[in-house]
Formats: sequence, structure tokens, C-alpha cells
Amino acid sequence: MPRVTYIAQDGKETALDIDVGTSVMQAAVFNGVDGIVAECGGSCMCATCHVYVREDQLAMTPPMNPDEDAMLEGTASPRRPNSRLGCQLVASPEMDGLVVYLPETQT
Amino acid sequence: MPDAGIVIVGAGHAGFQAAASLRQHGYDGHITLVGDEPGLPYQRPPLSKDYLDGKIGLDLLLMRSEAFYRDHRIDYLPGTTVADIDRAGRSVRLASGERLPYGHLVLATGARNRVPPLPGVELDGVCYLRTLADTDALRDRLAAAERIVVIGAGFIGLEFAAVARAHGKHVFIVELTDRVMGRVASVPTSHFFADAHRRTGVEFGFGAQVVRIAGHGDKVDHVELAGGERLAADLVLISVGVVPNGELASAAGLAVANGIVVDRELLTADPNISAIGDCAAFPCAHADGQPTRLEAVQNAADHARCVADRIAGKPHPYAALPWFWSEQGPLRLQIAGLTTGHNHTVLRGDPESGEFSVFCYKGDALLGIESVNRPADHAHARRLLAGGRQVTPDQAADADFDLRAAATARPALPGAS
Repeated sequence: MPRVTYIAQDGKETALDIDVGTSVMQAAVFNGVDGIVAECGGSCMCATCHVYVREDQLAMTPPMNPDEDAMLEGTASPRRPNSRLGCQLVASPEMDGLVVYLPETQT
Repeated sequence: MPDAGIVIVGAGHAGFQAAASLRQHGYDGHITLVGDEPGLPYQRPPLSKDYLDGKIGLDLLLMRSEAFYRDHRIDYLPGTTVADIDRAGRSVRLASGERLPYGHLVLATGARNRVPPLPGVELDGVCYLRTLADTDALRDRLAAAERIVVIGAGFIGLEFAAVARAHGKHVFIVELTDRVMGRVASVPTSHFFADAHRRTGVEFGFGAQVVRIAGHGDKVDHVELAGGERLAADLVLISVGVVPNGELASAAGLAVANGIVVDRELLTADPNISAIGDCAAFPCAHADGQPTRLEAVQNAADHARCVADRIAGKPHPYAALPWFWSEQGPLRLQIAGLTTGHNHTVLRGDPESGEFSVFCYKGDALLGIESVNRPADHAHARRLLAGGRQVTPDQAADADFDLRAAATARPALPGAS
């Protein structure tokens, strides 16, 4: 199982072992990681599962589709080059060791 | 801070979020979350889409794991019905007779399916789609069904129709008015969606009144229209809207008028009782302060956060921008703002391309924006409308106009410098 580490604004780290096929958003929500809201439940409709991927790890993540790119325009915290939506980061073996930073706010 | 803690009645999106946000905001008192359905709180939107379609299971539907409630000291009572509220004694009485005292009571009682007064609604094969139990029953029946009649062409009816067609079922949608999603969508959007569904093979009857659902034995057999037409059916989905659950509040002497009446901080006339989500009629800042009741995840979650802020000591008027979405097959409809009362529309993009937005105006005022497979427009629309910014009809129609720049411009709110 790939391990993903979430780092909150206050520095709190949560490491989760995620089933392949489960998204970074789903794992965070189900395990109660504060800082991921995911209002739409993973339909790429709401942009409230915004994360910043550690910059040197962007290549570990799946490519961005146009819907995600569009919805990232509406994030509550500023979009940066390493911004992704957690619902679109579906865990794969290549993502083992991924670190994502949680934004200041999602809503 | 109240000593007796918080009791939340209703464990849907609003009730769950209220409990979670209270803890997130540092509220340390006792929290009891009372739900009348069995099992852990779950998300409703996927029910009519991926869950019905079998693409996701119950595990991905749950709001949180069981450990979350334990870790956050949220006392969750599933399968529990509240009988009444004792406002003077500040407690609720459960159907079991047990009393739960509260310092503050949050009513998140939601809404229930509207059951039309038609002969035959009790027949085997007549279904609804709101709860997990509804959906589980419907999913089993869908597999065996051949001819489906959907009564009501709102979000739920159309989302279900898209799934049923994808499974190769014959689908006929009966709608009393002259268009789909007439309560929430503009005419151009309605027409686009009706055409798209027709192209997949869905049939429609508009301006069609059902007079009865008829059975063969106790099983549904056909739906009869006012003109005498009979539509054969082995499955009927009734999706004609919901009724807010206001009875508890009403019996406790609180005002209920299409929802439990609350003020702009979502408080009822009783300072110890709030109402949130689908059951609450609130003065909406995005509808000139008119009493408004919305059935939406955004509304439920933002209401919950507003009440949690107040209980945690940071009161503020509720002002979040309403937004909605629907997924019907490959079509994604996203709506920002409340378009009720708009009197003209401006198209941005070409419906022929399958990707467009409809800007809904009342006079010069932009009320809301509907986006079909144009998620960037929706993202900008939310920011634009939440900030009280406007774009003119000419700008909206101009493909070269930079909506992003308009949405991120300095706030145009009164008093902003």
C-alpha cells in the first residue's frame, strides 16, 4: 500500500497507508484528517480537497485532466504550480512516499 | 458556553458537519448526534450516480470511519427517533422515552420524499431515491426492470434516468410542467438537457399529469395520464421533490413556513435552538434577504459551519453563496448563485459544442451562472458572485472577455476601498 503523508498548516503530520485505487482525498476524509473538506464527495465539482504536492514529487502524481485544472481556479487558498485536487490523486504504487501540504483554508 | 452540551437532531450532511465543525473549532463540551437511519452517516449525492451505478460501494459513501466519532467524542445515536422537544426544560425526548438535555439544540432534520396523492403509490415497484435504503432497494429493482417510468424531471429524476438508460432500460419521464429542471434551471439549460437525454433514447411527456399508478395484483403495471394514455412500467420512480421535516419544531411552537424559520444567524425564535440544511428557511443574502430553503450539500455544510462558529464564540450572519451541481451521464451542470426571478439570459459558449454557460440576469443584476461542462466558468462564477461582483450582459457574451480577471478583481463590496 502506498503511504501518503499529510502535513497540516500547524505542522501536524498524518501518514496513511492507502489502498491502490483510493484517492488522497478519500483516505484523508475517511480517516478524519482535518483540512480536507471534499464537499462534493469526489466529483471534481467543489475544489475543497485542495492540496499542495511536495514540489520535487510532482512527477509521482497522475497527470491533471482539464476539469481538475479548471476547478483549481476556484480554490479558497491560492493556487500554486504544485496545487492538485486530492480527489484526482488516485493512489498507485508510484505514489508511495508522497507528501502533500494542506492549505490554510478550503472554504 | 452551555454545560449540557449540544444535541444535533439529524445526521445527514448538515448534522454531521455541525458535529465535525464544532470539534474543529475547539468546542469541548458534549456532542450528541441523533440520526434516524441505521449505520454511519453517509454522503447523499453519489446515491443517484456512482452508488446506484455500482461504481462505488458503501465504504466510499461514508462521511467518516467509526473511529472518527470515538476520537472526536461525538456521541452518535443511529436508528434513533426524536419524539419531541421540551423547550422549557431544554431537553429532547427520544421515542424510547429517554431524555437528552441540551445547552443548544441544532435541528438538522432534513426533508423527506414528497408522496403525491395518487392511487397506486403503495404498489410493489414504486420507488423513491433519497436515502441509502431507498437506493439499495432501487438498485436491485433496476437490474430486473425493463420499462421504467420516472415521475418528475428534476435533478434526481434525470440523474436516475441517465443511469437507467446506460443500463439499457426503456425510460419515459413524465413531467407536469413544460420543461426539465424548471424549478432551478433557465430555459436554455432545460432545453439542452432535454435534448441530450432524448438523444440517448429517453422519452419525455411534458405537461403530463399522472392520474394513477395501476397494478397487476400488487405489482406496478402502468402509469395512467390525464389524457387516458397508459405507460407500461415494471418500475416507477417518483421524484417530485421533498417536504421539509418541520414537525418537531412546529410541535414545539416554533414557526414553520416551508421550513423551520430562522434568522440570519440561523437561530429560531428560541435562542437555544438553531435549524440548518434542507429543513431551514433562512433569509438569504443572495436573494435580497427573502426566506429561502435550499436542498443542497453546500447549503447544509455552510449552514453547519456558521452555527458551529456561533457556538464556538464567533457569531456571524450567514452569507455563503449557494451553489449546486448535477451529473447526468457525461453532462455536468454546475450552478452558482440563485437564479430564481431572472428575466433574461446570456449565453457564453455554444450549446452545440456541449460546453456553455448561461448568465441569468434580472434587469442589469447578475443573479447566477449555470455552467454545462465548463467547470472553469463555474469556478470563476463562484468567486465573482461571492464577492458581489458583476459582469454586464455584453461582457458575458464576449468570448474574449476575461472572466477570470473579473472574478479575481478587487472586491466591489460596499465599503471596500
